[in-house]
Amino acid sequence: MNQFTILKSRAVVLPVDNIDTDQIIPARFLKVTDKIGLGEKLFSDWRYLPDGSANPDFVLNKPESQGAAILVAGDNFGCGSSREHAPWALAGFGFRALISTSFADIFRNNALKNGLLPVVVGADSYRKLIKKLESEPQTELTIDLPEQTLHVPGEASIHFSIDAFSKTCLLNGVDELGYLLGLEDQISAYEKNL
Amino acid sequence: MTPKTLFRKIWDRHVVTQQPDSPAVLYVDLHLVHEVTSPQAFSGLRARNLKVRRPDKTVATIDHGVPTRTEDGSKNGRLAFADEMSLRQIRQMEENCAEFGIRLYGLESENQGIVHVIGPELGFTQPGMTIVCGDSHTATHGAFGALAFGIGSSEVEHVLATQCLLQWQPKTCAVNIEGRLSPGVTSKDVILALIRQIGVGGGVGYVFEYRGPAVQVMTMEERMTLCNMTIEAGARAGLIAPDENTFDYLYGREFSPKGEQWERSIAHWKKLATDEGATFDHEITLKVSDLEPMVTFGTNPAMSIPIGGRIPDPDAADDEAQKSGLRKALDYMGLTPGQSLADHPVDVVFIGSCTNGRISDLRLAASLLRGRKVSPKTRLLVVPGSNQVKRQAEAEGLDRVFKDAGAEWREAGCSMCIAMNGDQLEPGEYAVSTSNRNFEGRQGKGGRTFLASPLTAAAAAIAGKITDPRPFMQS
Repeated sequence: MNQFTILKSRAVVLPVDNIDTDQIIPARFLKVTDKIGLGEKLFSDWRYLPDGSANPDFVLNKPESQGAAILVAGDNFGCGSSREHAPWALAGFGFRALISTSFADIFRNNALKNGLLPVVVGADSYRKLIKKLESEPQTELTIDLPEQTLHVPGEASIHFSIDAFSKTCLLNGVDELGYLLGLEDQISAYEKNL
Repeated sequence: MTPKTLFRKIWDRHVVTQQPDSPAVLYVDLHLVHEVTSPQAFSGLRARNLKVRRPDKTVATIDHGVPTRTEDGSKNGRLAFADEMSLRQIRQMEENCAEFGIRLYGLESENQGIVHVIGPELGFTQPGMTIVCGDSHTATHGAFGALAFGIGSSEVEHVLATQCLLQWQPKTCAVNIEGRLSPGVTSKDVILALIRQIGVGGGVGYVFEYRGPAVQVMTMEERMTLCNMTIEAGARAGLIAPDENTFDYLYGREFSPKGEQWERSIAHWKKLATDEGATFDHEITLKVSDLEPMVTFGTNPAMSIPIGGRIPDPDAADDEAQKSGLRKALDYMGLTPGQSLADHPVDVVFIGSCTNGRISDLRLAASLLRGRKVSPKTRLLVVPGSNQVKRQAEAEGLDRVFKDAGAEWREAGCSMCIAMNGDQLEPGEYAVSTSNRNFEGRQGKGGRTFLASPLTAAAAAIAGKITDPRPFMQS
């Protein structure tokens, strides 16, 4: 997993509530046995026209979206299916952080395991952020994980929460399996009492 | 002793350890595995040279991509795989299970079926257990008083390697279902009404416990339907306290405890119910006595109306986000505000899935279809949830009822619920489905889904349009 410390980037705005993981990556792309190439399929049914060409009206296809590493999306982002292909596709496209007013539980867990930082902001901050980014799409946001702040130029910094464990994993780029494997003695002791 | 909830009793028994500022290490009693969300997890094990810690607590099946028909329609013909990738994924599952020593209910198994159908029917699912699967509908197993929830592929790898999962303790929510269902109204209608009431994000961060008189009288299969769609309200798990219904269902199943062990298990299971005086973090009440059959009109499971109702006007919604969400959904569905869903034409009816693909669901659908014909304008697909369900249905002659009515009687699998196996809607088609998700494109790119109960689905197949199933029940 890649380390996450401070991210400075432009952002893509997708102000739709309840974006489900079937939209993030449709089920027909889940036949893979690896994680490669899913970024191409991200938001496939919104991003491509029936003939396979890029839909010029969809935000990911706009010139200003290219190279952006932050996605700002509506409430309850990532609801529905548990498919980890959703964060794999988002990370495959180049996103490193997501900003919303809330994330679905399973999606949030999956994102964190792939170096993708979910940042929850309040409804007011979200509305202001959307407005700012829609009028000034070139705005560069700064997400400072050590300080747990989101900085929007010309605005007061916004504090966000993250549990200490996930933060440590992201800052050091380590995954949870190493931690669990280190608990072998406790797990064996538990199993003796089953 | 402090009174505890059902959830808390299971949770406390399964915490291996919890270090400061860290999530709990939760032990998993049963890990269910299927072909779509596990290949990357097995690759991860290989990369680290790890084994599966407890193959004895791991059960695999093939369900999402499994074909439900043969290429030539004959009994022993070649299975009609969606494509080469799908076949490769299934072969990979077979290889992974062979290499890591995991029990697999594969293509040739007489017990193959949807993971959430075979777990309970084989008796793997038991009260008090922690159960996980790389599948959000794992909530289904909560019907037995098990803490069961969906996980991602990284977590599948964690459980394969360590039999444990890192988890923060969720909050608890009591869902009181009060009143008594009237004839023709099912547990599917109850869960659709609940999701409508609280929204698709209403349960985020919570584990539900379904309680109340309407839940007590439900059969186990009705309870599974209820718990199955808990995730559609955003809650990862939904539990029901085990009772005599639970014990009767489990008695004598292949992997249920036997003899003395059965008696000991019953004694333990009886202690799991939430103690008098235990408190929940939140409470919701749903009154169901006046509930009508529910049908979704939009592109998430909260967008539903009673069969006699009208599609809401986006302009009347509370905020801008809701308004635009509704407009986007109605635009995709090709529907207008104020419109009734009654008499809306239906191209396809799908009866099946982990929500409503069990024997009682097929019996309900057959009760309406017996002696009737599927509308010539409509195609009806009946897909049993497992091979056991299929055999039972055939023993009861339900397959004949469906075939005589003009329906397609298929092999067991997830089929058109997720449209990975070649069973799918064409762009623009309308379907009434007994499955769990009406998301854009869920049943095939451009397809449009109305979620409903098996009764409402059967009625739609006969009428060729959305219609109240209750008049069909009287004749």
